[in-house]
Amino acid sequence: MARMKFLCDAERCIECNGCVTACKNENEVPWGVNRRRVVTINDGVIGAEKSISVACMHCSDAPCMAVCPVDCFYRTDDGVVLHDKDLCIGCGYCFYACPFGAPQFPQAGAFGLRGKMDKCTFCNGGPETDRSDAEFKKYGRNRLAEGKLPACAEMCSTKALLGGDGDVIADIYRERVLRRGKGSEVWGWGTAYGPGKPGATPPQQQPAGAKS
Amino acid sequence: MRPAALVVAAAVAALCLAGCGETEQVVVYKQGKYQGKKDGLPWDNAPLAAGQRGGSWTKGDRASWEAQIKSRQLTQNEYKRISQ
Repeated sequence: MARMKFLCDAERCIECNGCVTACKNENEVPWGVNRRRVVTINDGVIGAEKSISVACMHCSDAPCMAVCPVDCFYRTDDGVVLHDKDLCIGCGYCFYACPFGAPQFPQAGAFGLRGKMDKCTFCNGGPETDRSDAEFKKYGRNRLAEGKLPACAEMCSTKALLGGDGDVIADIYRERVLRRGKGSEVWGWGTAYGPGKPGATPPQQQPAGAKS
Repeated sequence: MRPAALVVAAAVAALCLAGCGETEQVVVYKQGKYQGKKDGLPWDNAPLAAGQRGGSWTKGDRASWEAQIKSRQLTQNEYKRISQ
């Protein structure tokens, strides 16, 4: 059984916002709602600037799910956290609970009216008939039901953003870290070097000029 | 001291001491259960037409869908995708 996850490699992200645009386009996300965004730290500082693409992380123990007063969240067999917009009351508890700021609320009216929550669906739609118009209008495209991966990850030009089964993308990331000899600090020992003893010596860094 | 005063004093003492009780003040949360509509399964859909690049799997067969998704995931690894 897969556990669908995103993994963003801060060493590779170039803040192009291609993932944001891909998400907006693929799901026809309304104005003012950002299911995915790129966060940059140390902006403009040479050598210290890092960017990371953030959306719903489809937590294994999701806090949004825990706090929802109407229990509109569910987790699919592939570990994707989704919600039923017919039940959502737009209270905003999930927004306060989420450490990533993933839940978004359309501001439809002139008086700050808060609509029903909208968030990244891992391009897996929602509880409507798969690949139907109703599903697309409410939740966006269901790419998993089309045998595809999320548009943001597949569109990423530098392959900084990886999407898919946690084990598979961790393997991809691990191979990358071992080849370039750095980046383990971003996602921790297990993801970067595989199951091993924390504190053990990391692999030797590649000589300068080597291809990363 | 009169008995009535003693009773009042005892009642006041009991009331004050009640504040020192260690009653459980933590809410016991009840695990919620999803109340919405049932969602379909991705592998219960027929694959797209060949021109739409969705890959192929057998409708209703989870293993074949997972194999298709896994092969798609591996295309994100440029070390495997491009000959070195």
